[in-house]
Amino acid sequence: MTDALENLRQTLSAKLGDSLHEARLERAELTVELTPEALLATCLWLRDDPACRFDMLIDVCGVDYAEYGDGSWEGPRFAVVYHLLSLPHRQRIRLRVYADTELPIVPSVVDIWAAANWFEREAFDLYGILFDGHPDLRRILTDYGFVGHPFRKDFPLVGTVEMRYDADQGRVIYEPTRTEERVVVPRIIRSEEEGRYHARNQ
Amino acid sequence: MPEINNFTMNFGPQHPSAHGVLRLVLELDGEVIERADPHIGLLHRATEKLAENKTYLQNLPYMDRLDYVSMMCNEHAYCLAVEKLLGLEVPRRAQYIRTLFDEITRVLNHLLWLGAYALDVGAMSVFLYCFREREDLMDVYEAVSGARMHAAYYRPGGVYRDLPAQMPQYVASPYRDARRLESLNANRQGSVLDFIEDFTRRFPGYVDEYETLLTDNRIWKQRTVGIGVVDAERAVQLGFTGPMLRASGVAWDLRRTQPYAAYADLDFEIPVGSTGDCYDRYLVRVAEMRQSNRIIAQCVDWLRKNPGPVISDDFKVAAPPREEMKTSMEALIHHFKLFSEGMSVPAGEVYTAVEAPKGEFGIYMISDGANKPYRMKIRAPGFSHLAAMDEMAKGHMIADVVAILSTMDIVFGEIDR
Repeated sequence: MTDALENLRQTLSAKLGDSLHEARLERAELTVELTPEALLATCLWLRDDPACRFDMLIDVCGVDYAEYGDGSWEGPRFAVVYHLLSLPHRQRIRLRVYADTELPIVPSVVDIWAAANWFEREAFDLYGILFDGHPDLRRILTDYGFVGHPFRKDFPLVGTVEMRYDADQGRVIYEPTRTEERVVVPRIIRSEEEGRYHARNQ
Repeated sequence: MPEINNFTMNFGPQHPSAHGVLRLVLELDGEVIERADPHIGLLHRATEKLAENKTYLQNLPYMDRLDYVSMMCNEHAYCLAVEKLLGLEVPRRAQYIRTLFDEITRVLNHLLWLGAYALDVGAMSVFLYCFREREDLMDVYEAVSGARMHAAYYRPGGVYRDLPAQMPQYVASPYRDARRLESLNANRQGSVLDFIEDFTRRFPGYVDEYETLLTDNRIWKQRTVGIGVVDAERAVQLGFTGPMLRASGVAWDLRRTQPYAAYADLDFEIPVGSTGDCYDRYLVRVAEMRQSNRIIAQCVDWLRKNPGPVISDDFKVAAPPREEMKTSMEALIHHFKLFSEGMSVPAGEVYTAVEAPKGEFGIYMISDGANKPYRMKIRAPGFSHLAAMDEMAKGHMIADVVAILSTMDIVFGEIDR
């Protein structure tokens, strides 16, 4: 299993050349980081090449790295992560494409895997990542008329608005939320040398 | 001749066969569906965002509330993700208990699906039969975890506790007489394993009952044969998993192809359909119930013979035994740190998946080394299935929409998350 993935890693490194940022095998999982320009060609190749045959798109999701490692992240803020599955070879692979902070935009893979449609809509809805070439990029999970992208790290957990019925106006209205965010257990990162029970950031 | 326009109709969000809160906008040409546009998100609770703000242990009960019909399978995927990040070994007995409860969960899920599907298509009695059996399995859930649905029984490192030695019994009540009480408690005299074993002996007969009601039923066949056909190639392209994929003729089951827990050691078959219509999906799920019953029986057998620990003894991940905390300072500190700060998980990313009753349920977790996940993506099988609604419903009649929706085994807890 791991040998097959190592072979695949080397094939990919040879095939992709400069468009490949990194391909690493960690915890028996292969992660490949690509430039957005190379995404479509690589996906098509991964799907159709007899040695790959990644015929199923399992998942697409957005990631916001803004607060990763308490701000130690230096790369681009957004990423889109694809999980592919090859039924004939019983293999999985993870692709990651970074997107610009100001206008995160990556090409859509709907034409390669039809399953991408809703997954990309979800990533757009929750992270505001745009998918170039998507046929129907509407919000999917949030409310009609929702403002903002709720899974970005700068979006408050309690939200921005709350809804109530106003008896005077005779309709449901939205107003700024009065709920205060409450952190019961603080987020703590412990470095490995110090052992798991020594705080670094306390 | 007057101009005839397409008719747009709202199906749900409050509709008995919408299986929760689905708003389906149907564009109709007469009674034929031209376009189906599901509007989801009415049950969106931002579980993934909440998970980023809770410790690893606090997140576990949220998993039950995703697909609230197959609770323990969701927990299983989550625990596998945390264990993979930690590089943690799970005791063998815990793996068998997990396998046992994954299969009990599968039977629970398929029973609810079968009952609800029959109800949607117009058969009332199957629903009542299915709930009779569900009751027994719910009692098993309650016996091990104290909760009938939201169990929080699996923990990173194993399961919360070993199977109880005594199956809880019904107590006397003004509403049932002594004879009724005795018959209710007849199979509850021994341990939980005895009760489950008794169930596995009875269950094949029950499945025969459902099949007698449905499999050769003319009305049932008229409503399901040739409805919502998806061929194998298209099913793969659309990201179908689980019974939806297998009914189209693709023999893909994670329990066999990428085994986890104790599945590699067990003997069972993977039922596969041929045409990929609603009737095939029904047959596949019914056959799966019979296979699950076989697996349950094998697990019961193994668990009887092999006592042992059920949770990891790494006290930085799993709580130390209660007795030890009374005497050992270190155990007390471990317990306190575990339930206040929580466990620290090494930085990295993993994707783990289990064969949940509905298909591949996966957890993609990114950790930056903190006591909370940095990002957790839940890959719900129903999401991909519902996305194919438009394609599957096109050209069918309104009444078939209900049959197609129901055949997907939709639960909004996991789709909206």
